[in-house]
Parts: sequence; C-alpha cells; structure tokens
Amino acid sequence: MNVRILQPGLLSSLQDAGRPGHAALGVGRAGAMDIPAWRLANALVGNRGGEAAIECTLLGPSVVFEEAATIALTGAPLRAQLDGRAVPLWTRCHVPAGSVLRLGGMTVGCRSYLAVRGGFDVAPILGSRSSDLHARLGYQQGRPLRAGDELPIGVADPLPGRHAIKTPYIAPWSLDPQPWFDFTEAPLALLRGSHWSRLDRDSQRGLFAGKFVLSKDSNRTAGRLDGQPLHLETALELVSEATLPGTLQLPPSGQPIALLAEAPVTGGYPRIGQVAATDLPRLAQRRPGDTVCFRESTLEQASARLAARQRRLNLLLERIAQRLQNGE
Amino acid sequence: MPWIEAGRKPSMIAEPQFEPLAEDALLLRFGERIDLDLNARVQAAASSLHRQLPQLECVPAYASVLLRFDPAAWAGADGHPHQQVQAAVLAALRDTDPVSHAAHEITIPVCYGGAYGPDLLDVATHVRLPADEVVARHTGAEYRVAMLGFAPGFPYLLGLDPQLAVPRRDDPRQRVPIGSVAIGGGQTGIYPQQLPGGWQLIGRTPLRLFDAASEPPSRLVAGDRVRFQAIDEATFRQLVPGDPP
Repeated sequence: MNVRILQPGLLSSLQDAGRPGHAALGVGRAGAMDIPAWRLANALVGNRGGEAAIECTLLGPSVVFEEAATIALTGAPLRAQLDGRAVPLWTRCHVPAGSVLRLGGMTVGCRSYLAVRGGFDVAPILGSRSSDLHARLGYQQGRPLRAGDELPIGVADPLPGRHAIKTPYIAPWSLDPQPWFDFTEAPLALLRGSHWSRLDRDSQRGLFAGKFVLSKDSNRTAGRLDGQPLHLETALELVSEATLPGTLQLPPSGQPIALLAEAPVTGGYPRIGQVAATDLPRLAQRRPGDTVCFRESTLEQASARLAARQRRLNLLLERIAQRLQNGE
Repeated sequence: MPWIEAGRKPSMIAEPQFEPLAEDALLLRFGERIDLDLNARVQAAASSLHRQLPQLECVPAYASVLLRFDPAAWAGADGHPHQQVQAAVLAALRDTDPVSHAAHEITIPVCYGGAYGPDLLDVATHVRLPADEVVARHTGAEYRVAMLGFAPGFPYLLGLDPQLAVPRRDDPRQRVPIGSVAIGGGQTGIYPQQLPGGWQLIGRTPLRLFDAASEPPSRLVAGDRVRFQAIDEATFRQLVPGDPP
C-alpha cells in the first residue's frame, strides 16, 4: 500500500516529532517545523500521534494513492485538488484507490502537512522517520522527496463508521485553524540570550524595536534575518556550546540567525536570544521576504504560555479522538 | 581509568553555574575555555548525570553540559521546572567525583599524506617541520574527545601538539572525503562522512566512525581517549577495497 510521488513540490520531506536523545552524538532532533500543525494532521486521521507526515514547503507535491486512504491537510493554506475536486484543509478526507491529490502553492505561510491514516511507514533511523536534510538522516539518506518515490502506508484499523469507499468523502466537520495557524506578522516572543548583555546599547534596543526580513537563504536549519546590523560592545571569543531550535545567534556580519528544527547541536556564535517555544511554529510559517520582529518575554512568561498551549492542544486532541470514535 | 589525578577536593573547584537557555533547557557551565581539566570535569558530570538522571538529556561540550528536559514532567508543585532540574542536578553532582571518568581507548589507523592527506605538505611548510615529523607528532600524542558536533559523529579532539596548530583553509572544500583526518586551529578531528569543511586534511582513516544503523551508531563518544596509528596505502586499500583516494 503506497503513496507515489508524481511531482515533489518545492521541498517536501517526511517529518515526525524528530529524534531527541542523540545530541551527544552530534545528531540533532530535526522533526516537523510546525509541530502543532503536524500533530493535528495526524489526529484528524486518527493516528496515535508519532506518525510521519509529509511536510510541504511553499508549493506542495502531487501524489497518487495506490490504495484507498484517509488523509488530512493542515498548516499553511494551499490549493488542494483530489481528482479535480477541491479538498479543504483541517478536516479528514477518505480517498479511493487510484486518486490523485494535487497540491498547489501556499497563499500565505510556508509549511503544510499531509498526514495519512497509519502514517508513512519508512524505516526509522535512531527512532525517528524524520528526514534531517542537513545531516542526511532519514528516508533515502535524508534527501527531499522526488518524483517516483513510493512511500508505504502503515497498517491501521479502519475508522469507525467508514468502510470500502469508492468515491471521495470529506468529513462534515473541520478544525478552526486559529490559533494553530497564525501568519500575522505580530512580534515573536524572545527571551534574552546568554550574550544579550554583551550587545551595545543600540543593538539591545534594536533587537526588540527593529524589523527584520527573513532572507531567501533560509531553510530548515536556520532563518537568516536581514535588518539593521547588531553589534557587540566588544568582540567575544567563545568556545562551541549547545544550540537549540529557536536560538538566535549573531555572526560577525551583524545579521542574526534563528536556528530552526535542524539546528546543529553546537555552535560558536554569540547567543543573543531564544525564540519562545510557543512562537517557533509561527516563525516556521514565515516565508522569505516576510517581516520578523520580536518582543521581550521572560522565561516564566514563556514557560506559562507553553504550558497553556500544551493543555489547549491536548484538549483538542482528545476531542478529535472522541469524535472519530463516535464515527463522526 | 581517571583522566587526571583525582587529588583535588571538590570544594577547591569553582561551582558550576546554571544558565537558563529555553523553556526546556539549562546550560551547566564549568568555564569558558578549551582546556583538558575543564573538559574532564564536563565529561565526569555528564556521565554521572546521564547515569543518575536518565530522564534528562545531557549533552557535553568543551566547557559546559546542556540539560534538556520535558517541562511538563519537571513542573513540580510550584510550576518551575528549571528550579526542579537545578536542584536534582546539584544533588546528583554532590556524589560525583569531579574529575574521574571511565573512558574507552580507541586507536585509529590513518594513512597520512599523498592523495589521502592533500594538505600534509602545506601543514609541514607552515609549521616548519618535515612532513614525517608532523606525522610522528600527530601519532605521538594522546587525545580526548571533547565533544561530538558539527555533523553526526564528528569528534572534536583535544591534545594536539601546539606546534601543529595551523589556520583553517581560506577556501573551504565543498566535499571533504569520508574518514579525513584534519587539523583546524589547535584542534584535530575526523570527518565521519563526506562533508563540506575548511580544516587542513593530513590523512584518512579507513574506519567508519558513524553509522546510524549500527548500535551504537557512533564509534566515539565524548570523553574517549584516542590515538592515531600510521598505516600505509596498501593497508588502507586492504581495509577499504574500492575506495580510491
């Protein structure tokens, strides 16, 4: 039971929650850039939670389902057509064998997720099916998906109430994308980094008052931010230390770099900030050319926000599971 | 085997500092230098914490250990996971010999120079030593894996003869062959896969350092002791048939 890639789109790869626990070996986590969107796509098709989905970037792929499947799309809005019929996002859709799903360009945002019931069941590497494009780990040595790739679908029981369909079926209910998809350019919460205090006065202000533009050199490893250059009061000689997704580094150019899902595990640039975890998916949805600005947050505020979002997400996941159980 | 004579009492060593990094991460800092003693304390702490607090992810670097945790699991009654983690780490470190650490010893065969180490002659010229003296000094030292980083399984090795320190290349290579043994500044390392890189290539090992499908995936871990042993081209080819330089 396979999904075959007809056209790969701009940059499509399999992603799950990533591979935590291997940073001491130099292996980063990778995983979905917009974790809530990935998680909700899996929930909508009744997956248990850790299954791999296709992460699409700016322009989605076209795929053919060789067997009937249950799918869901979440994340940035994009044109989706199943054998010529429009398919909405944030809902469940049953597709008959032989159907072709064509995903177009995203109107806003940068990343969408295509989940399938059972998950894409490629061989896990170090406990994850995530493609780490930078470290070349995952399906086909972590390269992006290509035309002709055959992705096996994992085995899963059929959902209650729906069997052996011959025509496409779209569930009558869908999720409100808010607050899970937020493409506004509202400031991202940023914690002061270990070396924030070493910025000169203007740069300390500029980090929170200035506007940056996400450069086209950005990828899953890092978002490069162009703007008024920031400067340290005096140059720092640093030894390499841990870096994380969300770490804002300042290379000598003065243009900050926000590390993302494929962040290297160590780095030697000054760390001037840390993007609050709750706002990392929002950063992941910025596209090259979009504005990025920051507002200051404390660790306590960021931790409280993260815990609140996690409770809200867990509640929604439970409600979705309940509706699927009821055959809705 | 202890790294360093464990004669000093813990109280004589400066207490490590905690720096919050993110909602799910703290840095435990022992210092801010590249230094064998400092790194020995890092390795001892990381391996002790890994043993005592397996629910924490401990990632040693030169002078610090990253502690990553699940904030929900460590929230505690007052909802401050960082304080809970900090308290647990301090309690665990109280029972840790600050410099003792059981380390593996690994000998890495290297074919130096020629097509395997295309920068060996440049390095020799730069440090004003004959090429075979560079090799003798490189194989004569014992190294410690300070940390793995840059790419899966890439070891940063401490212990290079200071006379062999050479600047990185002005024009980094797009493709450094797998197994290349290189010098960058005062450090030496081994490229565990084909990667872009700016270090000076002095030789190549036929050993495969990292294979995600193996258990364990990395032949080296932080804290290991490493020696290099010179081998000739025939031995290299015997070990890696069909891998032309």
